[in-house]
Amino acid sequence: MRPVSPIFYILAALTLAGGLAAVLLKHLVHCALATTVAFAGLALLFLQLDAQFAGFAQILVYIGAVAILIVFAILLTRGSELPKDGVFSRTWFVGLVIAAGVFAVLAWAVLESVRSVPQQAGVPAVTVHDIGNALVGRYVLPLEIVALLLTAATIGAVIVAMHEKERPKP
Amino acid sequence: MPLAGYLLVAALLFAIGLAGALTRRNAILVLIGIELMLNAANLNLIAFWRFGPHPEALTGMMFAIFSIAVAAAEAAVGLGLVIAIHRHTNTTDLDKMNRMKG
Repeated sequence: MRPVSPIFYILAALTLAGGLAAVLLKHLVHCALATTVAFAGLALLFLQLDAQFAGFAQILVYIGAVAILIVFAILLTRGSELPKDGVFSRTWFVGLVIAAGVFAVLAWAVLESVRSVPQQAGVPAVTVHDIGNALVGRYVLPLEIVALLLTAATIGAVIVAMHEKERPKP
Repeated sequence: MPLAGYLLVAALLFAIGLAGALTRRNAILVLIGIELMLNAANLNLIAFWRFGPHPEALTGMMFAIFSIAVAAAEAAVGLGLVIAIHRHTNTTDLDKMNRMKG
């Protein structure tokens, strides 16, 4: 059995601290920055799991695109101003109980099945070349569907967020 | 047990994202919570790929890559919706978005 490396604990603490700060901080811009820290921690966890391609895709897509998109949305909706009546909704206690329950169930399932989970120790010999071959070989249809989905989502987001023209009155 | 550690971290991150999505007032924060949940699922997929019996089949890796792409599309559409709602009602407070309430 391989011992868990201390780097894992550092990265896990970084990711979870970023996630907690994203949920708990008051200013929306601070929340977006904390989310970026959580995304970066996850990318480093991917790299530590020998999934280089997924790690760099995570950095490109999440830190490069999604975080910028969130900051743009915050600034466009004037979200940097603090609301007067608190940042948590009226039913925050119910949400907290549900989240704690979900975590309890998941942690129970993981800890119950810890003996039967697979424990492959060796580093998988997978290169970006293999991933590229798989993407245009076995997974070419999902790749095309994702391309279609991204096009549709881009057009849809532009249409939804576009200024509405004044309709001519009948 | 390395895999159980990753799974526990992913479960905790999922719970944090769920708590954020359920307790915050601001719609953008709810989207951030959903992104955190999607990322936790991705961490599960990558961890199972790494410690599973056939990592050279690339199944979990491909699932995670496609999941990242779908999450990017979801973020674009979600933030576009938030901006559109802000233009109509001048708020992003979810407690004030009750126009469809009977």
